[in-house]
This record gives sequence, structure tokens and C-alpha cells, in this order.
Amino acid sequence: MNVLIYLIPIALFMGGIGLAAFIWSLKSGQYDDLEGAAWRILQDDDTPKP
Amino acid sequence: MTLPCCTLDGEYFQPFTLEGEDAARWISAAGPGLKRIEFLVPQANRPEAMPHIEADLGALTGVKSVRVNLTGRRVAVVYEDGAIAPQALIDRLGFLGYMARPFDPRETGLTKDDTENARLLRALAVAGFAASNVMLLSVSVWSGAEGATRDLFHWLSAMIALPAVAYAGRPFFYSAVSALRLGGVNMDVPISLGVLLASFMSLFETINGAEHAYFDASVTLLFFLLAGRYLDHLMRARARSAISQLISLSSEGASVIADDGTRRYVPARELKPGMLVAVAAGDRLPADGLIREGASDMDRSLLTGETAPETVKPGSLVHAGEMNVTGPITVEITAAGNDTFLSELVRLMASAEQGQSRYIRIADRLARFYSPAVHTLAATTLIAWLVLGNGWHNSIMAAIAVLIITCPCALGLAVPAVQVVASGRLFRSGVMIKDGAALEKLSGVDTVIFDKTGTLTKGEPALVSPLMVSTGTLALAAGLAQASKHPLSRALVHEVAKRGLAPLAVIDIAEHPGLGLSGTYMGEPVKLGSRAWCRMEESAEDQGLLEFAFRRGAKPPNLFQFEDQLRPDAAETVAALKQMGLAVHLLSGDRQAAVTRVAEAVGIGSAVSRASPQAKLAYVDALTKAGKKVLMVGDGINDAPALAAGYTSMAPSSASDIGRTAAETVWMGESAAAVANAVKIGRRTQRIAKENFVLAVGYNVLAVPLAMAGFVSPLVAAVAMSTSSIIVIANALRVGLGRTAEPGFARLRADTAPGAKALRDAA
Repeated sequence: MNVLIYLIPIALFMGGIGLAAFIWSLKSGQYDDLEGAAWRILQDDDTPKP
Repeated sequence: MTLPCCTLDGEYFQPFTLEGEDAARWISAAGPGLKRIEFLVPQANRPEAMPHIEADLGALTGVKSVRVNLTGRRVAVVYEDGAIAPQALIDRLGFLGYMARPFDPRETGLTKDDTENARLLRALAVAGFAASNVMLLSVSVWSGAEGATRDLFHWLSAMIALPAVAYAGRPFFYSAVSALRLGGVNMDVPISLGVLLASFMSLFETINGAEHAYFDASVTLLFFLLAGRYLDHLMRARARSAISQLISLSSEGASVIADDGTRRYVPARELKPGMLVAVAAGDRLPADGLIREGASDMDRSLLTGETAPETVKPGSLVHAGEMNVTGPITVEITAAGNDTFLSELVRLMASAEQGQSRYIRIADRLARFYSPAVHTLAATTLIAWLVLGNGWHNSIMAAIAVLIITCPCALGLAVPAVQVVASGRLFRSGVMIKDGAALEKLSGVDTVIFDKTGTLTKGEPALVSPLMVSTGTLALAAGLAQASKHPLSRALVHEVAKRGLAPLAVIDIAEHPGLGLSGTYMGEPVKLGSRAWCRMEESAEDQGLLEFAFRRGAKPPNLFQFEDQLRPDAAETVAALKQMGLAVHLLSGDRQAAVTRVAEAVGIGSAVSRASPQAKLAYVDALTKAGKKVLMVGDGINDAPALAAGYTSMAPSSASDIGRTAAETVWMGESAAAVANAVKIGRRTQRIAKENFVLAVGYNVLAVPLAMAGFVSPLVAAVAMSTSSIIVIANALRVGLGRTAEPGFARLRADTAPGAKALRDAA
């Protein structure tokens, strides 16, 4: 069962990355416009500036 | 109090000008040499608007980035300071066909909603993280970890779960404590108790190296409940932001004439009695006052419900919210503070709101029975186990197991999940519900009272007679009418445009307030206006129509008759409401003939005319006292007290500010079908919410005896809770299914309003 000593921290670390990523996405405003994001993905041009 | 305008189409919406000192308020720094400004763009509601605005504004020199927020209908622009003026951005947006005004989130209280939103999402994320990790450890325990390994897993779970519960559980703990302080119970009381007891008992068991720990149950529970709470919040925030945007669009001030004759623009809230205000034709009055100079006609339809404008001259009293139609006037403000007509209505409204008994939401009504029942069961379990001689430890464990299993997880999700799906569906068809309680109340109404002007009708007259008129006469009359902002003149011009005619060029046009227009065409005098103005004899019978007489030279006069047109689907809506078993009344401030005409056209039996705001309030109160649950539908300032007094209320988006604020539900677009649609979806929502309660309670009926008998292990608790939550969510989604395939997003125009289709379903 010694393998647990690595595995549990790894599992927690990966979960922590997920949590941090979510909080980052929240902070950077990715949940501000849920409706717009749904349409944005359908746009052809990703570069509005010429 | 600022007053009205607007249809969201922005028809009357004046382009915004950024004034020097004011501008700083909207602009914030966004890095070295960069500034950021945000605009409110109500018309940016279609997905096409997004690439359109972003590409066009983005191509301007000096603009760094443009981002459209479709949900909030906002545009955020970052630009190089000095390279482009913010005003140029507004002008460019206006050129593209989007009315824009700078936006400051603080002014509408949206920041508070956003903070709350982020707080709930963070709590949800923490609970989700804890739930997934603790569940991972729990699965290992359930699959047979023993001894030191099990203890290790329990300790790890405790280290993850306890901080997570402390952080993510706060919304529930606060709410439970405040409910207990007020001497009541809500659903958050059993939730908090269940979660806290499960955590502490598990900690105790872990310290003693025992077999069962319920950490997974407490965090999973929090996760599900927070999801419900977030959905609930999302629904309210969405409607509130849409409504506050409508309000922030209204006109904001007046041009004040100083003693030395100079004019300056003053926001409405800074107007004081004694100030002289210049009001141009087509503008709304910012305050109550006496006319000092000029004569005009006043469109008072928002205040009184009357469609025919009233003639005013120096010395006449005019009120805030009236539209100045024909000539420029100078008004001395007489009333600010408590003496205005408006503030009297606000007082009436406030007392009407107080008189209304507070509505208790269905979940809280259930909580009144649920919490005592659950706590009695837990106590009974404890006593029974003690009596049976099982010792303190085992007895307490069994009692706590009962509290955990009855923790209203499914109940906490049951209502928000249904309501968020329903309100989302209504939102897409242009109906904005302020909160879940309004949706619940819509399902309970048994009487609908409509206002006439602006609610059942469009509030703008259209030519109805004579239909057979020579095109020459019509084009000539329109040539005169073009010069005026009188509603009938505009209706005439509109009719001519509709028939594909061009108005003839009339010279020397003069507008005579209270009388009509005069001009010269090919050397002949032409006149348009009242019968007396055109020397036409008065007719004895009042058909409830508005009239304009027209005379060319010495020829016999023509009479044009106008009618305030019904909203599309008005008659069908009334029929649909009747078919749903609701009583429908019409309550208007307009003349009897006009009211009778509309009542007959839409098929309403009981109609009251010439009703003052007080009379409207009394009418609603009387029905409420008789035990009726009244849905008041109105738009004007004069409807506001009645809107507040009704069991629930609806207003069109074209309504006055105060009307939209007073109403619990606001609908966009011209069609009246939204009323029937909202009631229908409200009823359906309530039915499914009740089904969900039955499912959730049913699960408890099965699970509680098991818990009381001591058969509930953490595994059983986890499985039972998750399945019951999934079942209620799946059931909630049924509200969104239905037969009506509605358009994908809020439509503002009549031709795309979901009227006919929704009505067919309602019937």
C-alpha cells in the first residue's frame, strides 16, 4: 500500500489544478457572457483585426 | 424620478452625448496609455450583432479591442487614450444602427449581482472539488479498505471536507441563522443541521477509528444544493439586469433656462421648484409645473390612459411624464418633493405594497412542516434506540443518520431547477420574470385585469376611416401633417407611407396648438385639425374614435378617423385566458366610448372607464378582498398603484419606468400573447414543482424507515441522495420540452413575436 503515498497527493494535486483553473476562468470573466460564448464559437473569423 | 420613453427599439431614444466632466465617470484605465469604456447597447441582442460590432469598431484607428457581451447587451472597448474620442465610438455605433450609452455597472446595482454570482460559483467549485476527492476516498473504503488504510482515508477526507464545508456551506448557514433569529424555519435549517451534524459525527468517528464516516455525504449534499442556489440566483440576476437596463435608458434631464437666458442641461433629480425649463415638441416633461410661455398639446396617455391629446396654454398645469406634442413651451417647475402628482402615486404604491400579505414561496411553506417533522423523527429514533437498550453512541448515530438522509437535497433542487428552466424558456420568448415567487404566483391567478391604452392597445393611433379617400387628398393632408409631432399627424404620415404615396409639398406651414395646422398648396389655403378649425359641424355621437378634419380651400371638408390599434393577438389572448378559466376585466382611464369599443373588440364583458389611479387601486383591492387573486396588466404611471396591489402583475417593455418597476413580470415585443403564455408556463411550472416535491418526499418515505432502523451506511446515503437529485432535475427539464418550439432568443419585433404559436398551445 506504499504506492498510496504518491497516488493520493497526485490525485489531490490534479483536483487542485482543476479547481484553480476554474477559479481562474471565473476571475477572467469567462462566465460573464454565457449566451455570447455559445455563438462566438460559430463565427468563422477568429481575427477581427486585419 | 426620470421618465419614460421607450420601446427597446429605441424609437424615442436620444443619442447620448458624453459631456466633459461627466465623461470621466464612465472611463477607466486599462494599462499604459489605454482606456476602457463600456456601453449599454440594447439592440445588440442578436448573435449577428456580435461580429458586426466587433469587426467594425475594431477596425477604427486607436481601438485596441472590442468585446460584445450578448447576455448583458454591453460592449466593452479598450482604446488608446487620445487616439480616438469615446464620443466617436458612440457615433459609430449609432451609424451601425445601435443606440449606445455609456454604462457604469455601479449605477444599476449589477455589481452586487455579479459579486454574489462569483461567490456562489466559487463555493460551488470548492464543494465540487471536495466532493469528487472525498468520493474517491470513500469508494476505496466501501470497496473494503480496512484498519490503518481506512483511518488514513478518513483523516484525509476530514482534511478536505471540513474546510470545504466551512467555506461552501456559508450561504446556507447565514440564511438558517437569520431565519431562526426571526423565529421561523426555512429549508436551510434542516440543510445546515444535516450537513454540520454529518461532518461533526464523522470527525468524531474518525478520531475513534470507527467504521463509518459521512464526509462524502456532507460535501456532495452541499454541492447539489449550491447548484440549486446558483440556478436560482442566475434566473433572478438575468431578469433584473434586463429590467434595469430598460430603466437606465429613459430620458434623464431637462434644459434649464438661467436668469441671463442661457440654457444648461440639468439631470432630472437636480431640478428644483422655481426653475424655468424649456421643453421642445416631442419631449417628455421632467417635472410638474405651470406653463409660462407657449401653447401646445399634451399627450397624457401614460398618466391618464387617455389617447386624445389635451390643449394647454400659459397658466395650465402640466405633469411629469406627459409628452409635449405640438409646440415648444417654457415651464416653471412648481412641485418637487412630496407635492407632485407622481409622488402621490408613489405613496399610493407603497401603501398598496404594504397592504399585500407577504407571499410565502412554496418551498418555505413546505419547510414549515418538513423541518419539525424531520426533527421529531430524529428525536423519536434517539429515544426509541435508547429505550431498546442500544447505548448512547449507537442511538445518537442512528438519529444523525436520519437527519442526514432527510436533508432536503432533492427538495432544495426541486423548485429552483424547475423555475430556472421555465424562466429561461419565458426569457427566450421575451418574458422577464423578476424572481421565482412571481412565477409561482402567476400559476395561482384567477382574475386578469387589463389596462387599455398601451397595454391592450399599442398606444399609437392609426387611420381607420375613411378607407376610400382620394390619394391626392391623403397625400396633401400628409404634406401638412409631416410638420407636426401630434400622434394623429404621425399616424396620417405613416398611413401615407404604407400606401406607397409621397406627401405633397405644402408651403407656409404653421402649427396652431389646440387647433391644428395650416399651410398653402398651389395658392390655396389648406387646414388640418379639429372640426372647429376646419369649420366642420360637430357630430353628436361619440364613436370613441379620434378625429382630424381636413379642408382644402372652399371644398367640403374631409374627416379622418383614427383608432388606437389593438396589440397583435389581443383578442386571442383574452379568449385564451378565458378558456383557462380566468375572469378578464378592462380598467381604463379613457373615455367610455373608446373603452367600450376596445372591450367589444377583444371580447371583455366587464369594462370600467374614466378610472383614476385611486379608482384602479380600489378596484383591485375590492377584488382581492373578495378572495380573488388578481393579475394586473398595465403600463402607465396611473397603473402603478394597481400593479403593486395585484397578487402579481405584468407590464409591457414600452411601459413607463414606474410601471416597469412596479410590475413583477415585464414582456418585450408588441404581441399581447405573452400574458397568456406566462400564465400557462407558470401553471405548468408549479405542477412540475409539485411533482418534484412528491418525488423528493416519496424518496424520504422510503429511506427514513431504513435510517431509523439503522441500516443506512454512508454508501446507501450517497447513492440514495444522488439518485433522488438526478430524478428531480430530469423531471424539471420537462418544462423546457413542451410542444411550443420557440425562437432561440428574445425577439423584439411584432412579426417575430411568439404570439400565434404560443396561443394555439394555450388554447
